[in-house]
Amino acid sequence: MSHYDAIIIGAGMSGLGAGIRLAMFDKRVVVLERHYVWGGLNSFYQYKGHQFDVGLHAMTNYAERGAKGLPLTRLLKQLRIRWDELDLHQQGHSAVSFPGAKLKFSNDFELLRSEVATAFPDQIDGFDALTTAVREFNELDLTAPTLNAREIVESHISNPMLVDMIFCPLMFYGSARENDMDWDQFVVMFKSIFFEGFARPQAGVRHILKLLIDRYRKAGGELRMKTGVQRVLHENGRAIGVELDNGETLTADTVLSSAGLVETEKLCGAASLAARAGQRPAPQGKLSFTETINVLDKPAREIGIDETIIFFSNTERFNYAKPDALCDTSSGVICMPGNFDLPEPPNDHLVRITNIANFDRWNELKRNSGADIPVRAEADARTGMSAPPDAYNTAKREWYTRSCDHVLGHIPDFRPHTKLVDMFTPRTIRHYTGHEGGAVYGSPTKRRTGASGIEGLYIIGTDQGFLGIIGAMLSGISMANRWVLQRDNATVETT
Amino acid sequence: MTDEQIKQAIIGIINDINPDEDTSNINPGERLRDQLDLDSMDFLDIVMELRKRYGVHVPDTDYEHLASLDSCVGYLRDKMAGKELVS
Ligand SMILES: Cc1cc2nc3c(=O)[nH]c(=O)nc-3n(C[C@H](O)[C@H](O)[C@H](O)COP(=O)(O)OP(=O)(O)OC[C@H]3O[C@@H](n4cnc5c(N)ncnc54)[C@H](O)[C@@H]3O)c2cc1C
Repeated sequence: MSHYDAIIIGAGMSGLGAGIRLAMFDKRVVVLERHYVWGGLNSFYQYKGHQFDVGLHAMTNYAERGAKGLPLTRLLKQLRIRWDELDLHQQGHSAVSFPGAKLKFSNDFELLRSEVATAFPDQIDGFDALTTAVREFNELDLTAPTLNAREIVESHISNPMLVDMIFCPLMFYGSARENDMDWDQFVVMFKSIFFEGFARPQAGVRHILKLLIDRYRKAGGELRMKTGVQRVLHENGRAIGVELDNGETLTADTVLSSAGLVETEKLCGAASLAARAGQRPAPQGKLSFTETINVLDKPAREIGIDETIIFFSNTERFNYAKPDALCDTSSGVICMPGNFDLPEPPNDHLVRITNIANFDRWNELKRNSGADIPVRAEADARTGMSAPPDAYNTAKREWYTRSCDHVLGHIPDFRPHTKLVDMFTPRTIRHYTGHEGGAVYGSPTKRRTGASGIEGLYIIGTDQGFLGIIGAMLSGISMANRWVLQRDNATVETT
Repeated sequence: MTDEQIKQAIIGIINDINPDEDTSNINPGERLRDQLDLDSMDFLDIVMELRKRYGVHVPDTDYEHLASLDSCVGYLRDKMAGKELVS
């Protein structure tokens, strides 16, 4: 039986961030990952010879080299990564597009401000006041009371559509709550998207993950793939280790879990965790998404799409909530990864579309075993595939079509240029990441301090409260610091 | 270790923490925090690196002594006596 200083559940952004910190300071640490690839919600895969990223549209929190006091710089210092190594290339510009109004924004906040001033002249003073409130709020203070963002935003801005236009990108990129956000989460997202902005490496998320894995291994960390955790073992309210899917037991002083709050409670025997914390079990997150990836025969710019990312709603009021239907295609995110300022042309010209989706509806559809069939009917004729589609694949085909139809008010018709399509659903997300309900942003209940109710077991990543690529990594880092390194430093005998 | 080497040791650690930072013109009498992009997480790293590289332990309550290069020297002189500079 092996004993570790720390066991980390999950090789996603937060698990790897935490792992690097602990390995760097010579802790005996192992990262356990159930899947055969790392990355979690931001992993990668290959489909018909094409390399796709699961999650990455954009890395938020862009910062210039040497910029002081920003999350990205903090992260680089903590992981000892040079700015150059990230290979970041900035967006051109993006937009929020609603009926009759469009707000462009870029990594220069002035663009958004001037767009608001032009489109909503009577709201600019309120917008400025909101901006000031955001700037002055310290989101790192974990003791601040939880406030509702909508109330605060509406106190500054009286035009309901503008309120929703501001919320739309922030919710799509990071809200576990329907139609509102915690104010601190709103501030984090506002800063990371509007103040700091978007960038990406030429090679996408693979590049980031390779950096992290290399750094972790070089520091002496152990990584076990295809190694699921079946149970977190605890005695008298203290975590002592984990039991793996194969029955093996590993013990540790500290367990950091990125599996999610609801999922971690289950790993402990759900009731015991919540009861110890004096809380009700955490509610499962409701928000999941479908993602369609269209491979075009030419760059998106050549068919008239200039934006890097478009956040849209086809109704004046944006409804960020779990739909009754399989998907809600009346709003979404359209991402053109080729419209970042990349030094070289991308391997593929992509248009990616994200829509809010209902996990339960997708989950109940019958699915035949065997390979997926192409999402588009025409593709069948080309490949000569004749398998009768099952309910799941039929639904994919139907919602793919709707999803494309409903973005046409925001971008020119790209459909004739589509060579290949892939689509994944909440069910896919659940399958590969273990997040219950395919809840990309986790439970609406966050554990800001990481405390789980069981001594020695801490929540990292999405359900600690910081999400997205940069947020999740920072979460892993700060929890590893707080619960292992700082404690360690505090308890060493002074000689 | 000489006083100069103690300063070198601290600067060496800061360079490793933030390779993008210019450390060539640090004023030894001025607070490091006011001249460089260092937050409390970074001070934890300086402390942990001191322990890893030189076996020197700095308890939480003594962090304030690491405020400037000069105060580092004053605080670390005895603790670092007889140790070799690690590059
Ligand atoms: C479609 C989509 C688009 C996105 N777009 C962006 C974007 O453009 N920009 C951005 O910044 N963020 C984006 N995100 C969000 C971002 O990917 C996540 O917030 C972040 O990756 C979360 O990291 P994490 O470490 O908290 O969790 P995860 O990535 O979920 O890591 C948890 C890991 O734990 C493993 N695991 C779970 N249970 C067990 C167990 N019992 N035993 C062993 N291993 C286990 C899982 O397999 C997983 O690898 C997107 C996400 C999705 C799904």
